[in-house]
Amino acid sequence: MGYQLDFGALVQYLGLFLEGAAVTLGLTALASVAGIALGIAGAAAARSKNDWVRRLITGYVELIRNTPFIVQMFFIFFGLPSLGLRLSALMAAALAMIINLAAYAIEIIRAGLDAVPPGQAEAGRAMGLHGLGVFGLIVLPQALATVYPALVGQITITMLESAVVSQIAVVDLTHVADLIQSRNFRSFETYLVVTVIYLILALLLRRLLALAGRSLFAGRTP
Amino acid sequence: MNDFTLWDIARNLLLAGRWTLLLSAIAFAGGGILALVLLVLRFGFGKWVQRTIALYVELFQSTPLLMQLFLVYFGLPRLGIDVSAWLAAAVCLTFYSSAFLTDIWRGAVESIPRGQWDGSSSLGLHYLAQLRLVILPQAMRIAIPPTVGFLVQLVKSTALASIVGYHELTRTAQIVTNATFQPFLVYGMVALIYFAICYPLTDLSRRLERRLATNAR
Repeated sequence: MGYQLDFGALVQYLGLFLEGAAVTLGLTALASVAGIALGIAGAAAARSKNDWVRRLITGYVELIRNTPFIVQMFFIFFGLPSLGLRLSALMAAALAMIINLAAYAIEIIRAGLDAVPPGQAEAGRAMGLHGLGVFGLIVLPQALATVYPALVGQITITMLESAVVSQIAVVDLTHVADLIQSRNFRSFETYLVVTVIYLILALLLRRLLALAGRSLFAGRTP
Repeated sequence: MNDFTLWDIARNLLLAGRWTLLLSAIAFAGGGILALVLLVLRFGFGKWVQRTIALYVELFQSTPLLMQLFLVYFGLPRLGIDVSAWLAAAVCLTFYSSAFLTDIWRGAVESIPRGQWDGSSSLGLHYLAQLRLVILPQAMRIAIPPTVGFLVQLVKSTALASIVGYHELTRTAQIVTNATFQPFLVYGMVALIYFAICYPLTDLSRRLERRLATNAR
């Protein structure tokens, strides 16, 4: 007798699935807001005239982009306590996601800033704006509008990669799947359903952010 | 209390790095072959083949690699197919890389001007000869920098194989940590080893890209 697939057995766990998805989305939202804010600051600082600031930022970006997310998270969660910094699993996961996304955001936004023609900043200064005003009101909005699709892509990747936080016992969508399949022994159905939930979340997230971008940057893209 | 010297830890980690490299190499080779087949199908047949391949790529790019791994490693045995951690990791990463490589290479082929297809077909070349002699040699130049860039992503992705218990670099780090109680040192070292593998590839990819940009001018 072959194995009978039974998805009906999963219906009773609907609440758990929703809770897990909420944690995954919450972490992603936090990482996106904080990561992109740091990304803007880092990309701006990367244009500094100070050699050391530039080197520091390049070093940070390269270190994060060339090591796996899971190792970064393990380092923060297991390694930092020996320096006296003990974080809860949720905080360690959030911090790892922010640090990771920030590095990619710096790289993306830096490219966007480079793509804004210098004439824009010159025109801003000619209109009497100060350095910060030129950056915040003229250069940055155009840069963000150009690289917005790349940022959306990176946010989606962050959401999908966050499945790994289940490994330090953060109760995200993946961890919920682990719990459920250890109760009902229906690992194939459980993981399949959760994979489909991730797929739907990724597609929705991309669609929503694209819509948000269209109203946010209306008329700003060249 | 501490019977492990720094060298003991470093040696164990470096030796485990071999399995990370091997897994990356297998997934890259297998994924590359599969991607090449999909590429030939993609440009040689009608809309439905195109759509199916686009869906295949989308499925792998829009779901977590960890879930793909769990489905194969924990899910398939339920259906009566037993897989080892090693096989599950190799198969998953192969499919995963095939999806990304198909996407990268499709973009490269599409960037070749239409006239190259028309010209080569007017010379009497059939589809496979067109691809092999005219399109792919040109597309390859464009495709190499992002392909090397993807290799970095692939090496980093092999770390997930540790979760199903495959003894590569990250899994070994967990074991060494449990024995030495020095997570800061061990994970720091592991990060450096990954960096030593990935950074040269990142750098190479960037150089190739720059050279391509200057040549195009």
